[in-house]
Amino acid sequence: MTVRLLYFASFREHVGSDAQTRQVPDGTSAGQLWRRLAREVPHFAVFPSMPPVAVNGDYAESDTVLREGDEVAFLPPVAGG
Amino acid sequence: MYLSSDPIDLPSLLGQARPSDGGICLFVGVVRKESEGRETTRIEYEAYAAMAEAEIEKMLRSIAQTWPQTRLWIRHRLGSLSPGEAAVAILATAPHRGEAFAACREAIDRLKTTVPIWKKEFYADGTSEWVDPTRASGVHR
Repeated sequence: MTVRLLYFASFREHVGSDAQTRQVPDGTSAGQLWRRLAREVPHFAVFPSMPPVAVNGDYAESDTVLREGDEVAFLPPVAGG
Repeated sequence: MYLSSDPIDLPSLLGQARPSDGGICLFVGVVRKESEGRETTRIEYEAYAAMAEAEIEKMLRSIAQTWPQTRLWIRHRLGSLSPGEAAVAILATAPHRGEAFAACREAIDRLKTTVPIWKKEFYADGTSEWVDPTRASGVHR
């Protein structure tokens, strides 16, 4: 299935892109997707655990199972204000 | 819309108060000229805009349940800001000051921890860092 990844702030800079479409096996969870990305993007490995993740604009959990067409965003530490 | 790249219009925000409001609490977060001893020339703000708008909306509904007599307004800037510019403004009005102070404080504290907004500080020496409240250094690359 296909999911759309969004990158913001430092993650966007390290990936070099603000969005990617990606094929993942059916049943992939947010946590599994993060571990896969952390193998590809060296900067992500500095995060000892998965950062907060949003699926379709709502905070989700590591074991949230992704579905076709989901918009997935791993979020660097927020710093509004 | 809570987010905008336009400057925050504080007088019009204050104009939201009505005669039944005995307490009006306005918090304004301003870009500082220095950060951890370094001179800051500007800060760039960015957001996951759709999610940030929705998270602020959720936060306002939740705060309204705790302080039902309080009304809240939030404005947050995006884009490049210079020292002295307002980055965020929160107005809380209530019949009495206690609720206005409490709701305003709750709103800024939650905004800083749950709303997907990021800022990058640019320093006078030409370097820049992403602000990271989760780290002791306060920043990361």
